[in-house]
Amino acid sequence: MTDHSVGSPLGVVPQPVEVAVPRSTDAVRSERRGRRAADLGVVFWICAGWVAINILAAILAGVLPIDNPNLQTVNINGGPSAAHLLGTDDLGRDILSRLIYGARVSLVVGFGSIAIGMAIGGTLALIAGFRRGLVDSILNSACYVLLAFPALVAIMAVVAFWGQSLGKITLIIGITSAPVLFRVVRASTLSYSTREFITAARTLGASDTRILTREILPNILPAAVSFALIGVATVIVLEGALAFLGLSIQPPTPSWGNMLNESRTYLSQNLWLALFPALAMFSFLLCLNLVGDRLRQHFDVGEGKL
Amino acid sequence: MRLRRSDYELGTVKEVQGVGLYVLKRLAILIVVVFLVSVGTFFLVHLLPGDPTVTILGPNDTAQNKALLLKQLGLNQPLLQQYFTYVGHIFQGDLGESFITHQTVTNAIANAVPIDIELIVFSQIMAFGVSIPLALLVARRPNKALDKISTGATFGLLALPPFIVIVILTLIFSVHLHLLPGPSSYVPITQDFWQNIRSMLLPSITLALGSIVIYYRLLRNDLIATLQEDFITMARSKGLSDRRVLVRHALRPSSLSLLASAGTNIGGLIAGAFVVEYLLALPGLGYLLVESIQQRDYLMVQGVVLFVAVAILVINFIVDFLFSVADPRIARD
Repeated sequence: MTDHSVGSPLGVVPQPVEVAVPRSTDAVRSERRGRRAADLGVVFWICAGWVAINILAAILAGVLPIDNPNLQTVNINGGPSAAHLLGTDDLGRDILSRLIYGARVSLVVGFGSIAIGMAIGGTLALIAGFRRGLVDSILNSACYVLLAFPALVAIMAVVAFWGQSLGKITLIIGITSAPVLFRVVRASTLSYSTREFITAARTLGASDTRILTREILPNILPAAVSFALIGVATVIVLEGALAFLGLSIQPPTPSWGNMLNESRTYLSQNLWLALFPALAMFSFLLCLNLVGDRLRQHFDVGEGKL
Repeated sequence: MRLRRSDYELGTVKEVQGVGLYVLKRLAILIVVVFLVSVGTFFLVHLLPGDPTVTILGPNDTAQNKALLLKQLGLNQPLLQQYFTYVGHIFQGDLGESFITHQTVTNAIANAVPIDIELIVFSQIMAFGVSIPLALLVARRPNKALDKISTGATFGLLALPPFIVIVILTLIFSVHLHLLPGPSSYVPITQDFWQNIRSMLLPSITLALGSIVIYYRLLRNDLIATLQEDFITMARSKGLSDRRVLVRHALRPSSLSLLASAGTNIGGLIAGAFVVEYLLALPGLGYLLVESIQQRDYLMVQGVVLFVAVAILVINFIVDFLFSVADPRIARD
């Protein structure tokens, strides 16, 4: 975990290395049983459920029976009550509703930028890993150069000069995440493109496009998806940091990061104001990391394969 | 990167050539990236919407000032020549001057850098102080209660970004317990040593927490793997004490990779420092950068970005160089 942990926003997540620990026979037996049932564990499903609830709430925010996130009432800094489940902020706005609308920003930036990164990095990686040779060498060197770039500083600078809209932030983070995703996808493409079934497909007369989309893509997808989930968590932290510094979406549009930033002024008067955005972000990130981590273990994508 | 005694074959000719080649390769990448960074920061001004002189100076400034800025930025020259003017100024140590405070960018950076260095040194001492003993304790009995608790806790910490941690810590230690000074309490170290240390504690702890997660997870896995090696069995069968085996035989090969990861962690540390500096109004590089961005002090932003980016790149290169000389196996990976 040396050189690729620098520079890119995704490199911050330390990837645990799988270590064989001597285990009792009981542990081995229970693991076998677990694997047979393809069991990801109860915790995994709880976390996946929480992630799904967050995503659904963000999508359905307009339909849900909640207040307008910018509706100001006279109930200023009110604690949790029946009318406002999570209380109200310094302008009397409903915190729950702002959290749900704020999730939109985090999720759009998180999933959007990883989607952009995958579209650029992943596609190039498929081609590089499959064709190998000169194309691969050029793309791989370019990837190393880009990985050495201090991404957060670059993102801050571009956002400062270019503007702070949701689309621009998503695009910039997406581009900076591409090299990391390139590495992951390229590594698994390389390992599959020399396998027998690829030769078999070619012997049957399949075209390159068909081999890539029908033979290789389905095989590398689990690894790519589980890594992408951890990437989404990292990007959400990054957007949060930008919002906290006042460099992301501008108020009054709520986002978890800027809600947390606004709450600082009222820390001694209204603790709920800081607590709920922090909890929302923590629980979502924890669950997303856990889901990604479990999936990665399940599909056995270790650091060693990168 | 995992270090195993059985891998040791130092000093062969092939190894030395490998290191030389590796360092050259890294140097080439460094030069290319520094070049790209300079092009990138150069183009930042061109990202500004509309007339850059109006955006930078505001609509009400005098025509004289605008002409001065135009000349300073060289915006009326062809693009390629503009770039060379820009690079030429950099090599003379001239990063321009703030149009708001009229302080030179170089001066502002020189004032801010010591705070970042202090912050990073403190936080790293804390991070090693916690993560090494903890990993040693846990590695002796993997998968037992302590391992499950601390591995779980570090997983939880992964989901706690520095901007949440700093709010929680300020709330507890500064607002409620009044144990540590809160925001805007920075005092230069030359003025009051203890007050300076006290004001640096909260930001350092916040930064340290992020590093502990990285170091602990790396060292724990490394140690567990090393403890299964034959030379550990050998050391144990010689009758050496558990502590001696752990510290002298197991920790030593792992410590190099730990330090190497600390070196590459520096980019993340600087980024984390931005957030805590901004929140606690510590006048370091991050605070300078964010403030300049908010005041639309574009030349300051451009200069700080260039400085920070190049500093991170050079530090990474030096760390990498030192470790590939100390341990040629890094170059082989």
